[in-house]
Amino acid sequence: MATDRATLDQGLASGLPGPTLASPGRTGTVRPAARPGRARRRLELAALIGPALVLFACFVLVPIVIAVRYSLYNWSGYGPLSDFIGLHNYRAALDDPVFRGAILHNFIYAALSVVFQLPISLGTALLLNRKLRGQRVFRLVTFAPYVVSEATTAVIWLLMLQPGGFVDQVMKDMGLGGLVQTWLADIHIVLYTLFVVITWKYIGFGIILFLAGLQGVPVELKEAASLDGATPAQSVRHITLPLLGPTIRIWVFLAVIGSLQLFDLVWIMTLGGPANASDTMITYLIYNGFQSNEFGYGSAAAVILFIICFAFALLYQRFALRRDTAGALTRIVN
Amino acid sequence: MAATTWAPPALPARSAAAPKRRRWSLGTPFSYMTAFVVMGITLVPILYVVISGFRTSAQINTAPVAWPHPWVFTNYTSVLKSSAFWHYVGNSLFVALTATALTVATGSLAAFALARYSFKGREALFAVFMVGLLFPAGVASLPLYLWLKNLGLLENLMGVALPEAAFSLPYTIFILRPFLRAVPGELEDAAVVDGASRLRFFRSILVPLSRPALTTVAILSFITSWNAYLLPLLVLSNPIHYTLPLGTASFQTTYSQDTAAILAFAALSMVPALAFFVLAERRIVGSLTGALRG
Repeated sequence: MATDRATLDQGLASGLPGPTLASPGRTGTVRPAARPGRARRRLELAALIGPALVLFACFVLVPIVIAVRYSLYNWSGYGPLSDFIGLHNYRAALDDPVFRGAILHNFIYAALSVVFQLPISLGTALLLNRKLRGQRVFRLVTFAPYVVSEATTAVIWLLMLQPGGFVDQVMKDMGLGGLVQTWLADIHIVLYTLFVVITWKYIGFGIILFLAGLQGVPVELKEAASLDGATPAQSVRHITLPLLGPTIRIWVFLAVIGSLQLFDLVWIMTLGGPANASDTMITYLIYNGFQSNEFGYGSAAAVILFIICFAFALLYQRFALRRDTAGALTRIVN
Repeated sequence: MAATTWAPPALPARSAAAPKRRRWSLGTPFSYMTAFVVMGITLVPILYVVISGFRTSAQINTAPVAWPHPWVFTNYTSVLKSSAFWHYVGNSLFVALTATALTVATGSLAAFALARYSFKGREALFAVFMVGLLFPAGVASLPLYLWLKNLGLLENLMGVALPEAAFSLPYTIFILRPFLRAVPGELEDAAVVDGASRLRFFRSILVPLSRPALTTVAILSFITSWNAYLLPLLVLSNPIHYTLPLGTASFQTTYSQDTAAILAFAALSMVPALAFFVLAERRIVGSLTGALRG
């Protein structure tokens, strides 16, 4: 080390260029040498972004593009795309009462989620937002259904809801035997039965999310409010809920997008039946596209679903999420 | 949703002023009651499955709500002895691990470039990735199936793992970018002065610093992939390739008469996810909530 320093000093003193010390970084500042630096930077960028971009383009963007293309053809999935039929698939799908029903069901699920799950999870979180023993156990238990797969959840509830099964028996034991229904076989009830299962699976996520959001509400604010004579209800209404706004808006976004793409639970428990009473857009397109080998038609249904999700997300970003730190998506629109 | 300043998604620490007079307001007993009711509703179906797995189908049919009498272990042992169950677990593990590794590796590199390089079209590129946030794999499943068929990836576990990794990229980049950006520029300058390349800076300084965020995205991607049903359903039709959710659903249809066996299978299918969850509860809950609270 010392000898290096010595030779360097000698070199500098004698006005000769240092032996091998010209570091690329140093020469990079010199004009003509800037080129290799820029090329290197490009290469670096390509190496960093390339893999993700290829993966993303190949499995997210390309399928979307080809779906649009297939949707314009009458195509069974084999042979060349030759039977161009324009927008006929779209018209046929939108004219099909079953598909319209499926869209309606998705919207019903979305509305039910916001109307029931939001107050329940928010209310529970507000009640539990105090020092309680066993917080960890509570978190552990409440969150568990969220981690259990949809497939297992569906199988469990399918068995519990069998006629004369667990649910019926418990209701009889509680003296509610008169209210027992054929939960999954009644076209007027099946939608709501499934909604209960959905609620069981996802409510814990909402509660925990809101509990975490409540931790961010400063205690001082509430104390100040109570010193000023605010009732607990007023303090919730005017302090807690506004501060919880971003969390609530995110929850609503997730709940609606989740409702629009509901599939696993419905498919395993009812296959969209009985008589299409619990069809969702995805069960419809899997049944009428995938299983019937109508890939052009199924693609059209997929594109419609896609447009609905996209429209909702953009509108929601623009009008509801705008007040939160502007999301990346708002920037696309602007 | 897009946080400009990123707080590590650890569970919020209990408020600094923790040692406070413990107030016993009227609400506290009511809170406990609520907590118990919520936990009860959550637990009953899970306990029902686990306990009924110890009964015979005949017992279950005659009395749906009862303790096992006598306790029967054959339902569980026969599932545990079946090679199919372990096969499903193995397939799920392979798919979830592959998808997670791919997402975290490619996503963190891309997030690094999008966070700490300035180049033309950077924000546009970021926006392209963010479009993916709107489309969970379910929406694109049918076209994806056709595309995978073209690529010859049907009946191939990679045909599930690759798209799942791709669909996890948007939130991976979304979560990681602000995190990588928040690391002060002085650190980078110091590293450069010390002769480190930018990639070296990424590997030796950024990655260790952003471990909480990396864990978050890894857990999110693992759970999503482990539980996925629709894409595997379309891509994998040979039972040899089934993942655990597919296997569970197909077991239910195959043995629909044998309620006890299905319950035992369902109970065991919950074990890996629940075990993983109990071990990493703080991280998982913290991840999901932290990732969402901007």
